[in-house]
Amino acid sequence: MNKGELIRYAEEQLVATKQFPVFKAGDTVTIKYKITEGNKERIQAFQGIVLQISGKGANKTFTVRKISNNIGVERIFPVSSPFVEAVEVNKRGVVRRSRIFYLRQLRGKKARIKEKKY
Amino acid sequence: MSGLIGKKIGMTSFHDASGKIIPCTVIEAGPCVVTQVKTKQTDGYDAIQLAYDDKKEKRTSKAMQGHFKKAGTGPKRILREFSRFEEGHQKSLGDKVDVDVFLEGEFIDVVGTSKGKGFQGVVKRHGFKGVNDATHGQHNRGRAPGSIGASSYPSRVFKGMRMAGHDGSQRVKMINLQIVKIMSDKNLILIKGSVPGPNGSYVILERWK
Repeated sequence: MNKGELIRYAEEQLVATKQFPVFKAGDTVTIKYKITEGNKERIQAFQGIVLQISGKGANKTFTVRKISNNIGVERIFPVSSPFVEAVEVNKRGVVRRSRIFYLRQLRGKKARIKEKKY
Repeated sequence: MSGLIGKKIGMTSFHDASGKIIPCTVIEAGPCVVTQVKTKQTDGYDAIQLAYDDKKEKRTSKAMQGHFKKAGTGPKRILREFSRFEEGHQKSLGDKVDVDVFLEGEFIDVVGTSKGKGFQGVVKRHGFKGVNDATHGQHNRGRAPGSIGASSYPSRVFKGMRMAGHDGSQRVKMINLQIVKIMSDKNLILIKGSVPGPNGSYVILERWK
């Protein structure tokens, strides 16, 4: 086994694999995020457009952007975090690149992404 | 002291039960072979010599081939001595030592050779502060060492004055690193935090108890 395979093996032992739907940059997703307040637990939803998926294995993360009260909000979610309960794909977007940072410069109607038709 | 010889594989991280990210280093450790047993009667002290990582026989000198043959093993790349190995447990020539010498959750020391940095100035090499002013007469002295001593007395620079020079590639021991997990089927040890040296370099794991 080479070094990469050994690290992947170690990650498999530590990280419980989660079954999330496949999504990519440009898709609109809703993340169910677990929040603990005192000893109460509740689930908060965060809906936005995926800007990028980065890293791999146990260190995989994805960035989600939404416009909240006219202010752009971006959040990075580690895929293997125990707080990320579920991911729902709401819309498949048509984009040409895997990292769509150009969206940050766009506002309003220009910041729309065409929906993928099957 | 009990210990093992291993190879640094690389780093990864995972979330613990509370959601915190724990950075950890993957080390492939052992199985090592006992190639020599030193005793107080014959050598003046108690120790065992461990060998790790196979190499080709044609790359081994005749003298070393004989040494490995005595222990009944093929030639190995790296040999290290461990004094008073697990006192009470008698190891004999040719015995295999693997990750089972350690327990999950216990604290061990890791010795490695740090990454070579080449010729470095005093800021990187000795942690000098440098000059962070743009004014007060500064223009290209930001990372200079400053004065290295007085003038006519003592008329020399004291020995051990910290100056620029070769940095890194040194033996470094990290103490009290916690073992996160042991995977004995692949001879892997996961250690919380970082370990000196580049990926693929040899490290020595020690437990002093």
